[in-house]
Amino acid sequence: MSAPAVSIGLLLPDVLGTYSDAGNAVVLARRLQWRGIPAEVVTVTADDAPPRGCDLYLLGGGEDTAQYFAARWLARHPWLPTAMTTTAVTLGVCAGLQLLGRSMTDRDGHEHPGLGALDLTTWAAPGRAVGETLVRCRLPGVGVLTGFVNHGGATVLGADVAPLGEVEHGHGNDPAGTAEGAVSPAPLPDDVVRARPGVVATYLHGPVLARNPALADHLLARVVGHALPDLDPDRVPDLAALRRTRVPHGDGRGTGTHRPEGTSPCPAR
Amino acid sequence: MEGVQDTWAAPTRSGPRGRGRRGIPLPRWVRQPRTASDGGRGGWSRAAVAAGRVAGGLSRLTGLGGGSVIVGRVALALDPGALAWLARGRTVVLVSGTNGKTTTSHLLAGALAGAGAVAHNASGSNMADGAVTALAARRHAPWAVLEVDELHLAEVAGATRPAAVVLLNLTRDQLDRVSEVRRTAADVRRVLDAHPTTTTVANADDPLTVWAAGTARSPVWVAAGAGWCRDTASCPRCGELLAREDGGAEVSAAGGGLAVATPTRVGWSCAPCGLARPRPAWWWEHRAPMRALAHRAVAGEAGEEATVPVRTGLPGRVNVANAVVALATAVTLGVDPERAAAGVATVREVAGRYRLSRIGRHRVRLVLVKNPAGWLAALDLLDPGRPVLVVVNDREADGRDVSWLWDLDVAPLEGRPVAVAGDRAADLGVRLSYGGVDHLTGADPLAALARLPAGEVDVLATYTAFSALRAELARAERAGAA
Repeated sequence: MSAPAVSIGLLLPDVLGTYSDAGNAVVLARRLQWRGIPAEVVTVTADDAPPRGCDLYLLGGGEDTAQYFAARWLARHPWLPTAMTTTAVTLGVCAGLQLLGRSMTDRDGHEHPGLGALDLTTWAAPGRAVGETLVRCRLPGVGVLTGFVNHGGATVLGADVAPLGEVEHGHGNDPAGTAEGAVSPAPLPDDVVRARPGVVATYLHGPVLARNPALADHLLARVVGHALPDLDPDRVPDLAALRRTRVPHGDGRGTGTHRPEGTSPCPAR
Repeated sequence: MEGVQDTWAAPTRSGPRGRGRRGIPLPRWVRQPRTASDGGRGGWSRAAVAAGRVAGGLSRLTGLGGGSVIVGRVALALDPGALAWLARGRTVVLVSGTNGKTTTSHLLAGALAGAGAVAHNASGSNMADGAVTALAARRHAPWAVLEVDELHLAEVAGATRPAAVVLLNLTRDQLDRVSEVRRTAADVRRVLDAHPTTTTVANADDPLTVWAAGTARSPVWVAAGAGWCRDTASCPRCGELLAREDGGAEVSAAGGGLAVATPTRVGWSCAPCGLARPRPAWWWEHRAPMRALAHRAVAGEAGEEATVPVRTGLPGRVNVANAVVALATAVTLGVDPERAAAGVATVREVAGRYRLSRIGRHRVRLVLVKNPAGWLAALDLLDPGRPVLVVVNDREADGRDVSWLWDLDVAPLEGRPVAVAGDRAADLGVRLSYGGVDHLTGADPLAALARLPAGEVDVLATYTAFSALRAELARAERAGAA
């Protein structure tokens, strides 16, 4: 008997698809399939009813008006936040991060309720954060995250949530701090990989899992309950060059390396 | 961490092509403080334009540039009112939108040519400096066709007081620069609102365009198609979900091309706020199998329709739609329909696009692709099985964020030799590997091209890669001819 396929629920890519985050679903499914683990992407558009039993849920980035539509849509399915936090692993990106939080206050001062899956709150920032960003990730074994941020929010984390990492270059959750993203429950210092539901959220596009395969494998390991074997590099031969150019000073995984003072972490153009 | 706070800034809304007007080294004596003239200070404007033309001539002579913007840069630096002065007394048409500006403006210039001389920024320099250069080159042409970058529409429209603005489509493009497509639509909306006497010719099939043109007085709606619908799942006006009838199915049935549009199809509508596809005054029909000669543009009310045969020398359904938009605009401006159609049919090449250029053992057809909607339209131009080279850069004019590569349907690339190149070749390569498309990767486009089988190759390239390759191909052709 073959194992049931890992189901990846891609929520509202029609509404929250502006910054191409649906690619995260493709990356997750392929990285399972390449390891012989069956996987399926369940695309849930605004016309559909969301499925309950997904192993992973994905929420991407979108424009402001679309984001508030998504908030109203999600509110119509109150069981969904429970599933996203207690039985599944959830990745929220950009608008997805904000939607997973407690509330979002727009430029006109109107407060839109979020799902409340993460203890964080978002206000409209005075300016927009746009650009390449590097984040030292707190999740075990993930290293440096690379991505492109493009948002006008200022997100403040509450006590019940940890940042996904610290910004090394670029933009974090809000203009004043270095915290980037959010993780709940917080990563344990002596973490071993095991089945663990929870929420990981970030502002990074790229899509984030295309640029950061270690983060993809971290999420997948939590779903399947064990660490996944390394993939043959020839599956994605350009990945090494992508990491080299986007993270020019290396992952520094376990080495504690820092880039020299005054050097740019992004390649010169 | 250093560099976090101080790099937060308001979005850059100017200088998108990296060709801002600032920073031009001019001698101190020409830097006379001028206020924007309204075209009434002809003497100074005339001198400024003359100085610009001298600079343009020097630029060409010294091989520093093609002169397509330098004339305008110098003239505008000397006299901010130069554009208004040059536009005075002409019938000016501005062509804007995300995709198809250059091609449609060429088709429109062709359509108008039978009715008089046309000044036209044919090379695609689509900001104020390019407009000045084009108008200065043909001082006495009664018509002017100017393609204008969406974010520069306010400036150029303000100076030229156009008789008509053509709005093609609004889709995601360079989001690092504009943040949101809807913001661009809101900007365009304000421009049209500020020009109540300008005729707007706009695409009825794209909800963002319709919303943007909503403040225009008596717009001429053209059913020009909208193959890419993923920026308009929710209503641009109220944010609720748009209902689509037929449109979606038609689009997928057409293989990612354009919906065949008729006036009676509802297409799309928003029940909560009432924004809906307006009834088009112009649409087009074709008979299967698709052939360039089989199209008819149809105009008018039901029962009183007039048809014009549409012949276009350009490939792809998207260019039939562009030709119909050009026809509709020319006819709206009073040009005889048959004469306009004949002019449209003369356009066979558009600023380096569509024609085959020989380089080494390859014959290359160059296509500009800078966003997902453009990719969708370009797929329609590809011959099955023909090798493809895709070149992706991420310079300022391309857009710094290449996430959009993941919006592309890459399945049509399967089963043909594929090469990727450019500054972001690795990102595209990763995308293709996850999409199951075998490919070879090279940093240099010409080196990657050399590794493809001899013969015809379709090259899809982002803005700066397209421009560099166009120059490279022209050089290779000159060398071959010599």
